[in-house]
Amino acid sequence: MTDTRTLALVTSDLGSGRGRVWRSLRRSPLGLAGGVMLAIVVLLGVLAPLIAPYGPAEVNFGAPFQQPGTVGYLMGSDDLGRDIFTRLIYGIRVSLQVGLLSVALAVLIGTPLGLLAGYWKWLDGIISRLTDVTLAFPFLIIAVGLSAISGPSLTNAAIALGIAQVPTMIRVVRGETLRIRETDFVLAAQTMNASGLRIIFMHILPNAASAIIVQATVIMPVAIIGEALLSFLGLGIQPPTASLGIMLSDAQQYISRSPTAAIFPGVAIAVICLGFNLFGDALRDALDPTTTAPSRKKSKK
Amino acid sequence: MTRYLITRLWQSAVTLILASLVVFIGVRQLPGDPALAMAGEEATPERVEAIREQLGLNEPLFTQYFTFVGNMLRGDLGESTRTGTAVTELIATTLPVTLWLSAYAILVAVVVGVVLGIIAERFRGRWPEWIANGLALIGLSVPNFWLGILAILYLAVTLGWFPASGYVRMGDDPLDAIYHLTLPAIILGTSLAAVIMRQTRASMIETMKTDYVRTAKAKGLGRGRVLVRYGLRNSLIVVVTIVGLQLGGLISGAVVTERIFALPGFGKLTLDAVFTRDYPVIQAVVLIITVGYILINLAVDILYSVINPRIRVGGSTR
Repeated sequence: MTDTRTLALVTSDLGSGRGRVWRSLRRSPLGLAGGVMLAIVVLLGVLAPLIAPYGPAEVNFGAPFQQPGTVGYLMGSDDLGRDIFTRLIYGIRVSLQVGLLSVALAVLIGTPLGLLAGYWKWLDGIISRLTDVTLAFPFLIIAVGLSAISGPSLTNAAIALGIAQVPTMIRVVRGETLRIRETDFVLAAQTMNASGLRIIFMHILPNAASAIIVQATVIMPVAIIGEALLSFLGLGIQPPTASLGIMLSDAQQYISRSPTAAIFPGVAIAVICLGFNLFGDALRDALDPTTTAPSRKKSKK
Repeated sequence: MTRYLITRLWQSAVTLILASLVVFIGVRQLPGDPALAMAGEEATPERVEAIREQLGLNEPLFTQYFTFVGNMLRGDLGESTRTGTAVTELIATTLPVTLWLSAYAILVAVVVGVVLGIIAERFRGRWPEWIANGLALIGLSVPNFWLGILAILYLAVTLGWFPASGYVRMGDDPLDAIYHLTLPAIILGTSLAAVIMRQTRASMIETMKTDYVRTAKAKGLGRGRVLVRYGLRNSLIVVVTIVGLQLGGLISGAVVTERIFALPGFGKLTLDAVFTRDYPVIQAVVLIITVGYILINLAVDILYSVINPRIRVGGSTR
């Protein structure tokens, strides 16, 4: 058992980390499927202004409730004759924007706080109380508060969703820091009198990076569903901007007349989130050295 | 145990104070002068000033905060600016709806999640595990309000199995009330069930690898017995933790579920208050959810220390 373990350690040190991760990702069919879903969705969102046959809020009272497949309306049209396909890809664009914004917020606030809390014990108590307080406000309540103060908007939705994810980010980074702090190379750096901040940024942060990336792929779908939910309730992005949540809320009004209008936005949200979940799971397995190489599975306790 | 309890209580107290500060400061950030709003557009500056004095708005912020906390503790949450009803009364009528809905949803989620988790562990590498895993992934990826819309369309309207909306009070007709809440509870419970399933499966797999399970098996205990006696007990700890952690998500989910199924609950009260800028109600709603969240988590942690002796012995907070 010890032999295979050392062997695996040696080989994984020889092969570059990135190569190993890439190989492991390629071996996971579900992860690949997730990656493909994400690639399609991101392309649609980014290229929306180029692909879309109409403007996202372009109304055509002459052609409401077109069936999917009608010439010129790939996915049909809504009550105001707006092309559902156009609004869908613009909605995906908005979802990705809000998702990225909130992930960035969670990472930028959560990572430093998590590092500090994990490294210095006296800060841990303070930061833990801050996390507890933040956790006590569900994202919907933060969104309610923010929209009461400055009105509902894309930015407020992203801030509410991002803040709500900060505590989990802190916990993940803190846990990683606690683990890495005990390793030999950190001990070595400490004996060489490296300053705390230097150890945190030069030694701990790079080693915690994979956990942060994986957590980001977990936050992303949560934020995207959250955006759709806020917009659905009228607390997020405001009409006539196309958002998947707004499309669902509109579609609910005339659902018996045109059920397909409620199908497409929901499927889009599900595909984005499924893509992130599958890809994130595969990425986690790939980045976690204890689960990558099948030859090492036996050496796990 | 006592030491753990004291630390935990102290922490909750600090969190409560900080949260009340956040709400207090947040409310002061709301646009519009409450005195001006009460006095009306035509009021003279003197009249506005009198109301400011009466509301205590001229006091130092410090004093105002204590008045605020004092009022809350005495159960005085003010009156709705829209209807003039006491906020406590509004909450007393709407909160039970949400509590029943959430409790029902948690029940559904725990049963479905634990059963699927056990199935996934029991049939590792075979098709039942794939189905269970697939269901969990769908539960995590599909927004539950969309599921709700589809469920109303197909299960309620087309097939007529469930009522599409409406609420019956538990005190009036319990069976009918449960029947009306079934579809909303299933919808609200889906993502929680998915999380519980994944964690139950993971915890079962871990437990099955431990030495004491191997010993139990070696003593000739049947697989089913081992699963129930050791696997389930350990996964119970996980389930309790998750329910505590996911409570925030559940509250947010309840708001949207109530909206879709037109239930007259806390969520509807919240949304109505936001859209009509009914500040006393918003303040009360935020405060109650926050305090409730902190207290429930405290309860969860205490419960957790009861079922998981490792925490009690260590006396540590983690």
